[in-house]
Amino acid sequence: MVLSNMVLSNMASSKTQFGYRRHQDQDRANVASARHPVVVVGAGPVGLSLSIDLAQRGVPVVLLDDADRIGEGSRAICFSKRALEVWDRLGVGSRMVDKGVVWKVGKIFLGAELLYQFDLLPEPGHRMPAFINLQQYYAEAYLVDRVQELPGIDLRWRNKVSGLTQHNDHAELAIDTPDGPYRLRADYVVACDGARSALRGMVGAEFEGEVFEDQFLIADVKMTAEFPTERWFWFDPPFHSGQSALLHRQPDDVWRIDLQLGPDADPAVERLPEKVRPRIERMLGHGDFAFEWISIYKFQCRRMARFLHGRVAFAGDSAHQVSPFGARGANSGLEDGENLAWKLAMVLRGAAPAALLESYNIERGSAADDNIRASTRSTDFIAPHSQQERRLRQAVLALAKEAEFAKRMVNGGRLSVPSVYDTPLSSPDGDAWAAGPRPGAPMLDAPLVRASGEPIYLTEAFKSAGGGFVVLESANGSGVDLPRQIGHIRVGAGAPLKDAARLFARRYDATPGSAYLLRPDGYVAARFRNPTPAAIEWAVARASGRG
Amino acid sequence: MAVLSTSSNFQDPDAAYRLIVEAHRGVSDASSADLDAALVLILANHIGDIEVLREAIALAQRRIVAAAQQQQQQ
Repeated sequence: MVLSNMVLSNMASSKTQFGYRRHQDQDRANVASARHPVVVVGAGPVGLSLSIDLAQRGVPVVLLDDADRIGEGSRAICFSKRALEVWDRLGVGSRMVDKGVVWKVGKIFLGAELLYQFDLLPEPGHRMPAFINLQQYYAEAYLVDRVQELPGIDLRWRNKVSGLTQHNDHAELAIDTPDGPYRLRADYVVACDGARSALRGMVGAEFEGEVFEDQFLIADVKMTAEFPTERWFWFDPPFHSGQSALLHRQPDDVWRIDLQLGPDADPAVERLPEKVRPRIERMLGHGDFAFEWISIYKFQCRRMARFLHGRVAFAGDSAHQVSPFGARGANSGLEDGENLAWKLAMVLRGAAPAALLESYNIERGSAADDNIRASTRSTDFIAPHSQQERRLRQAVLALAKEAEFAKRMVNGGRLSVPSVYDTPLSSPDGDAWAAGPRPGAPMLDAPLVRASGEPIYLTEAFKSAGGGFVVLESANGSGVDLPRQIGHIRVGAGAPLKDAARLFARRYDATPGSAYLLRPDGYVAARFRNPTPAAIEWAVARASGRG
Repeated sequence: MAVLSTSSNFQDPDAAYRLIVEAHRGVSDASSADLDAALVLILANHIGDIEVLREAIALAQRRIVAAAQQQQQQ
């Protein structure tokens, strides 16, 4: 939670101001309010991405936001490989990567000394990098541009939800606008309205979890610097004794600096530029920088018990929050969105029972637990709760200089990886596999070659395979017969795609005839050495909530 | 001679660290020290090798006690 903050430049806000426009839905009487399949509340990264996903799946969306501009300030900056793969499917991946700062190496320092470094994507053959850093306002601006290219999304600024009524087969929203209130009905409402979600209060749900007492100063500073594009994290640095520090590059010569202040700092004083400036000068060794943003934060790790409440689904910060050490906030919200979009689309189309949506609660609930667990461990390591915890932490840091086991326990943030689901949608393995993503795990990328000789990544082939369930087959003669609505990617001898680098075979333990059934979100639903059409149909039914 | 293993032996080192941290949650500092003493004896007995124990003590002394003395001198 933000305790105090200060805008120090107008950043990108001037180019991302949007106008309120009256909609004909507002002319209707309350008893005859307009009905839409889906209303998404909150046009942040999660709400925008989910809306694009739904629109690309043929579901029209009304997207409401209470503001009329893209939020400024120091918020999410690290976007994961998985998030970029989602955005690539939504048509904005390249733009994000082109503007973003690509990185994959993190370094952990103890005092002035390098303790160890890690590489988050040590192997080649992936379309998307391990991470990019990009200011959230750029991500949102690109998503809004994409929304405006699509016919199916009705984005309404300065529409603030003030009330919710749940009915058996729909939900009804009361909405305030500059022209006064109106009402909307929706088959489903998705609340992407952030950490202070109004919808969460309206369904009467609590937030359960831990609030950390330590305060952190987050400053975005503009400077020209020659530091490498790596994530640098310090325990007890010489410039900020006894505390932790983080330095990370963003586009436009902006650097994210995060300094631990302890539990007793006064946020109103600590945010003052004259107080912050000497701290940053000590860190950088010079004063040649300008502030973009300063805020003082306290972190929390908590979630709603359920992400589905009647006709309302919660996604992103409205459903769960973590500390920033690990880049698990925005990235997990984007994963929520991709998990929900295909399920909502199938249910609304009548291709799956409403019960499929419960798998959203199961899968993303367990992902939130994973993220909260990882984030809590990191935050506790960075800010120990007691004298004894501090002793344990100091012992780990001291031993890490020569003992590998202790190095592995040094926790300056475990960075976001996509969750693996134990889910009723998966069909258990019936064959033996030495490698490859198991049912419930996300597909892995691999470099392939078209018959024309042109290179193509597996994730690109997936993107153009129809948007539904896809069978990824290692070719063996004529290939398996599939129902019409199932997409088909065939790799190998005599097939449209070749595995020239042999990385597909290795990453999927693929032998001729073997096949992976991929869900519309690219997760593995089932895999077979030699599938029959009936086995595939059965696995599709199960992954559609008809199992 | 037995050799102390300092490579990482846990599949999930964060989980192991967390388990130890949680054992100390809500316990007074003095009780924490008592708990640690008992843990050291239990784990030493489980290892059951006097040479390994000797090496472990030497590593801890080198990294912790020596480092603390160094800091005091500064």
